[in-house]
Amino acid sequence: MRLEAADIEKLVRQAHDSGDYAPLVAAIPYARLIGVKVEPMGEEVLFRLPISKDNIGNPVLPAIHGGVIAGFMEQAALLHLMIFMKSPNFPKIIDFSIDYLRAGLNKDTYATCQVWRQGRRVGNVAITAWQTRSNEPIATARAHFKLD
Amino acid sequence: MASIEDRARSFISVLRHCQVLGITVEQADEKGLVLRLPYSESIVGNPVTGVVHGGAITTLMDTCCGISTVCFLPEFEICPTLDLRIDYMRPADPNKAIFGFAECYRITPAIIFTRGVAYQSSKQEPIAHVVGTFMRMGKPDKQGQLSRTMDGGAA
Repeated sequence: MRLEAADIEKLVRQAHDSGDYAPLVAAIPYARLIGVKVEPMGEEVLFRLPISKDNIGNPVLPAIHGGVIAGFMEQAALLHLMIFMKSPNFPKIIDFSIDYLRAGLNKDTYATCQVWRQGRRVGNVAITAWQTRSNEPIATARAHFKLD
Repeated sequence: MASIEDRARSFISVLRHCQVLGITVEQADEKGLVLRLPYSESIVGNPVTGVVHGGAITTLMDTCCGISTVCFLPEFEICPTLDLRIDYMRPADPNKAIFGFAECYRITPAIIFTRGVAYQSSKQEPIAHVVGTFMRMGKPDKQGQLSRTMDGGAA
């Protein structure tokens, strides 16, 4: 199902006004597939990926597929930019680089983002993902997005 | 010992999330691995344009780089990803499958360096370039069952 640009603008505006990003996330099929949740915390935002058997890669540990962890972090960075820029458009990914630090076990995973640089055309975002403790990340990543 | 292609197929078959995305082995030999990610509405990242989410492409390429190790190692080894970088050359066309190619270009006793491309109509027109580094854990003991499945192609 395709949405018109105006529908997305409306969803984004409603999300910005209400602080409830669930309807916007629900309009993004991939975010729905892996189960991304947005949890506002004061003036910050925490992203959560609930446990799901469909996100498993290595069946022995079991561990979340590294590609899902990366996809979750990329989606978190994209939403973070939209939320804090109050942008009605989807930023476009230019590049994405991830370091895997620990196995992502079959648990809820959290991510926070930091915008290091937001120019007129390009944004640089750092993303940290963890499970048990925020100071023990399972992965760190950085991404560039085209903003126009 | 099963053929490279059989081992690659067995490897893919145990990765639950790859089954969810419908990723299949297109080709596997001593030169490298080609995987196929079919287009589906469920992996769209931009609901206005229908362009596939980068996360699905990252999953394709992480899997492709990781499993390309079976094309170059004599026996199955568990090789976790240390890092992965993707550079997007152009957005993927909606409604078309995406292919991933990967090869191991340097293997040391501890580390495997891989590189690859994601493409649609032609490998000469990549939608993304990828490099990934993997750690060699040696022949698995605890994962013996998985190892036998891969090498024996019994799955």
